[in-house]
This record gives sequence, structure tokens and C-alpha cells, in this order.
Amino acid sequence: MIDQPVVPAAIPGTQPEYHYPPYRSSVARSPRQPLMLLPQTPTESTGPVFGHGLIGPHDNDLTAQCDGEPLGERIIVHGRVLDEDGRPVRGALVEVWQANAAGRYRHKVDQHQAPLDPNFSGAGRFLADDAGHFAFKTIKPGAYPWGNHHNAWRPAHIHFSLFGAGILSRLVTQMYFPGDPLLPLDPIFNCIPDEAARNRLVSQFDLERTEPNYALAYKWDIVLRGSCDTPFEGAR
Amino acid sequence: MSATTALVPTGSQTVGPFFSIGLNHLIDRAPTRAAGSITIQGQVFDGDGAGVPDAMLEFWSPAEAAWRCHEQSGHPQPTIEARPQATSGSDQAKSGEPLAEPTDPATGYAAGFRRVATDGDGKFRVTLLRPKPAAWPDGRLQAPHLLVLVFARGLLRHLLTRVYCADEEAISSDPLLQKIPAERRGTLVAQAQGPSAYGWNIILQGQNETVFFAW
Repeated sequence: MIDQPVVPAAIPGTQPEYHYPPYRSSVARSPRQPLMLLPQTPTESTGPVFGHGLIGPHDNDLTAQCDGEPLGERIIVHGRVLDEDGRPVRGALVEVWQANAAGRYRHKVDQHQAPLDPNFSGAGRFLADDAGHFAFKTIKPGAYPWGNHHNAWRPAHIHFSLFGAGILSRLVTQMYFPGDPLLPLDPIFNCIPDEAARNRLVSQFDLERTEPNYALAYKWDIVLRGSCDTPFEGAR
Repeated sequence: MSATTALVPTGSQTVGPFFSIGLNHLIDRAPTRAAGSITIQGQVFDGDGAGVPDAMLEFWSPAEAAWRCHEQSGHPQPTIEARPQATSGSDQAKSGEPLAEPTDPATGYAAGFRRVATDGDGKFRVTLLRPKPAAWPDGRLQAPHLLVLVFARGLLRHLLTRVYCADEEAISSDPLLQKIPAERRGTLVAQAQGPSAYGWNIILQGQNETVFFAW
């Protein structure tokens, strides 16, 4: 048992390899030595617990953080944060960030020739509720060019950062939109070899959660590594 | 994979170069304890030997989380581990008393957690409570250490590593370090630079590549 990791090893093909040459930045930043196995100890089976004090009044509404309304297509994004057993990860901290409707980030490094929106920060955060549900309002991000290869464009996406039960369930990922013609061309999206796993990064259009005359809705469920119960048995 | 596993974990994607937009609110956020704290500073390097100016590091210290519980609960010893997130009901049932909460109720900040970003040269600096020994599965004690998560543009998944302090005698018998080839062990050991100051670099690739763990 000593060499058993706290969470099950990733199913082959469902997580990216570190070294993935089509994504150029991975070439000099990916380790070349094999990864070592880490046993279950209290360090790995515990994790930070964040509370509601972290969340401000408009942190789940990216359209209401400034004096005016941001430009673009209002959308509602919602879903559930689950563990590998399908149980809700209650209180999971979710942090999101994204480009504006024109495909421009509010960041000094982003030099894309598209306008900044004075009414859009592009940042949000919230805690999943007791059933693992989360929902936030934003505007649909635009696609944007990047320097990875000739005529490279990132498909529209929202960055997600999540803390589950235990530090090993930590996940940073990106959510995409259905029907985006850029998806088959994007090396970051395609770094996940397994087609089904890759396609689970794509949200689904959700007519039921659409607010008539106001906003379209997309649904995206997130599964974190490990189980909400078992990883902590050894820590007690 | 256990028999009960039903869902496949969501795939990881890179944090990208613009993470500060969404993640800055926790960077350098924790209050710095004067007594009993250590500072670790160093640099993150890529395989070409260049500093990585857009990396983010997260440090996890169960000892500090437990210490906060200890302060709140008045227990004589800080033995309570950080409370897992989604099992609050069952925790109370198991221990027979409410667990102290390792989260600041006013700010929502999690004790034992630090997030720092590298500067333009790839340098970082973090201050937290000096780590404590922790149990190994067979009952032996591990040398004090911190868990470190490395995120950056170019990393499609984050990397996981540990850092130990060179002046802790226990590192010579630490069960995990002993499993690591001797010539690579040093990559996990921060060198003392002063009474409570340590230097530790993270080398993503190449000569003296840091030991990273699978999880």
C-alpha cells in the first residue's frame, strides 16, 4: 500500500502529457525525467479550505462589476463540481478568468489588436453549493490569435481553477463552446489524446437555463480527481 | 482506479500567461507570521536555463492549517489535521466534537495555503510557518516538508513537488527522500541562507531537473 497514490492514477489518454510539441511552450518547460510515485501521507490527503468570506457581491456576475455593462453576448454558465464517485464537491472554490467579447485580456502581456472593454474585468469566483452546483453570468469570450504557429487562433474559452477535497484534486482547465470551428485546430484543446475526454471540455448549450430576452446558457460539469470521502481516511 | 470509480476526471489545461486576472486575489494574500515562520526564495528555470517569468507556485502546509485549528480550539497540541472540504457532517461524527475550522471566517482564506507568482526573472519568495514532521504510512515520521504545485504557460498539467529544509536532521532518514536516487535528492532540499531563510530553485527540465511526482 505504501506506494499507492492518494487518488487513482489518471486513465491513459484522459490527461495531457507534459511534453506535447504541437504546443510550442511545452517543449522547454516539460520535465524529461520520469515522475516519481508519491505515497498517501497527511500532506497529500489534506488541502486548503476556502470560505464565503473570499467571495464578493459581484464575483459571480462578470457583467455587473463595473459602472456600465460590458459589450458582447451575455451568457449564463452553470454546472456541477463532482468527485470521481459522482458525489458533489461541496464548497469547492472555483476561480474563472477570460478574454472579453473582442478576444482581448485585461493583462499587460496581451498585445492583441482588439479593444479592451472598460466595463469588463474578465475575472470571477464562487463556491459550489451543497449539491456541487455553480452558476455565473458573463459575456461570451472572443477567439484570439496567438504565436504558436502560423495563423494560430485560440477557440473561445473560459479558464477555470478549482480546489476540491484535498490538494491532489486541484485542477486548472479551460471550458470551450460547442460547435467552435477552431477546436480541431487548437493544440491546447487537442493535447488530451482521448476524444471523449477531450470533448468533455466542451460545454453544452442549455436551452432550459436560457433567460428569455436576456441571455443564452451553457452547462458544464467538472469532475475532480479523487473521492470526497476516501482520500482523508489516512489523515485522521 | 477503484471499483466504485464512475466518472473520468476532467482534463487539465494550461493556466496560460494571463492567470493573474483570475488568480491574483490569492497571490501574496496570507498574513505573515513573525514567530516561527520561514522564508523560501528562489527562481524557476526552463530547459534552456531561462527564468520562467509567468509561473505560479502554490504551497500547501498541513502543519500551518493544523496550527490554526489549535489556536482556535484551545487544544493543547496542534494535532488536528486540516479539515477536508466536503465531509463536514461525518467529521464531527467521527471525532465526537466539532473540528476547528482552518479557514478565516472573515476573509475566507485557507490557513496553510500560499500562492505566489514569479517576477520577470522567474524569481519567487514565500513566507509560511516552519513545517512540522508528518506521519508516513507505516508509522515512521517524515522530515518536515511542504507540498508545492507549479503552474505556468507551457505546462498542460501542473507539476507537483516537495521542498525540505537542509538544516533539518530528519532529512537524512526521510522515507520519501530515501526512495529518490541520491543524485536527485538535493533538488527537493532548500539550502539555509540565514536563521529562517532558505534558497530553493525549481528546474523544470534538464541538468539538475527538480524531482516531480505523479499523482
